Amino acid sequence: MSESLSQIFIGTLLANNLVLAMFLGLCPFLGVSARLNTALPMGAATTFVMLVASLCAFGLNWLVTTFNLEFLRLIAYIVIIASAVQLVEMVLKKYSPVLFRALGIYLPLITTNCAVLGVALFQTARDYDFLQSVTFAVAGGAGFTLALLLMAGLRERLNLAIVPNVVQGTALSLMLAGLLSLAFMGFAGLGAGE
Amino acid sequence: MIPGQKQLSSLEELLEGIWKQNPVFVMVLGMCPVLAVSVSAVNALSMGLATLFVLLGSTLLVSLLRNVVPREVRIATYILIIATFVTVVDYLIQAISLAVYDALGAFIQLIVVNCMILGRAEAHASKNPPGRALLNALGMGVGFAIGLFAIGAVREILGAGKLFGFALFGPDFQPWVIMVLPPGGFFVLGAWLLLFNWLNSRKATPVKPVEGHAHV
Repeated sequence: MSESLSQIFIGTLLANNLVLAMFLGLCPFLGVSARLNTALPMGAATTFVMLVASLCAFGLNWLVTTFNLEFLRLIAYIVIIASAVQLVEMVLKKYSPVLFRALGIYLPLITTNCAVLGVALFQTARDYDFLQSVTFAVAGGAGFTLALLLMAGLRERLNLAIVPNVVQGTALSLMLAGLLSLAFMGFAGLGAGE
Repeated sequence: MIPGQKQLSSLEELLEGIWKQNPVFVMVLGMCPVLAVSVSAVNALSMGLATLFVLLGSTLLVSLLRNVVPREVRIATYILIIATFVTVVDYLIQAISLAVYDALGAFIQLIVVNCMILGRAEAHASKNPPGRALLNALGMGVGFAIGLFAIGAVREILGAGKLFGFALFGPDFQPWVIMVLPPGGFFVLGAWLLLFNWLNSRKATPVKPVEGHAHV
């Protein structure tokens, strides 16, 4: 596997966007994307957790393979992610209580955000070295934030539109996500393509 | 169970997850694996069964340990229990069928972060005796598998013209490729939700006399 760093970055950010092409992290994507001003902090917090988790996962993976404990890999990753989320939660609570309250239940739920665990698992599966892992995590986080922001912008506009009662709610959000995903398919082949 | 709430009968408990509280169509939980692996009916079904296994195993353990685990560390404990069962499933699928394992890829391990399973552990298994919790988990797991299958089958039929790998239409069939690509997942799930919304809205609003005889 010899993908260049820029290939990984562009590929993960656009062509293989974690949310829109790989379906990771859909719960916060549909849950927090109602307003623009909570979408950005949520994206930033997730990106940070992703980066920390990716760094720790890289170290852990080395540890686990050295001692032939591969069956513990998944459990170890999950514990690391949960701790990283706890850290972000404490920092936010201290420095920005307003934001802390705005994000509410979705902050602890970053633990069960599949995008975070997904990044850690994919970097292991693809045998990325240290720099590649970091690039992958940052690009993944940026891609998640981008998708969240786009979706939030669209949904704010959508609130003003008149739609039939039957369509309202999650069904409409999913259709919208489908269209967004369709648009992102235009990036296919950019960066680290097949 | 919340005190004061009517105790459900065993059958109702089982059916709760399959129909009234279906995790895919009603609660919209655990969407990531639903959309990612539902490109074909076989994949969707294997994913559904794997999730069912993890759900049953972790529910049993969480329910048995419900009076032992301290409240403060319960979520961490649940996740560890779930992760253990996922590791078991991961190796199990690898042993049974390498083809399925390759198709599902990292998504088997991602069952750990399926919010549906953690939600069940927190909301139901931690408050109910093993028998009742297992019944509820069985219903939820089957409901989840049905939901996955419903999406996977539609996507395979429309996107590849096949079901379980058998061609349904003649050689002239033009596959609707977008359905097996990522946007198709969103569209199909959205369409199913629309259908259920429509059915519910018909049930909720009393039938007006004018529409009473209108046959479509």
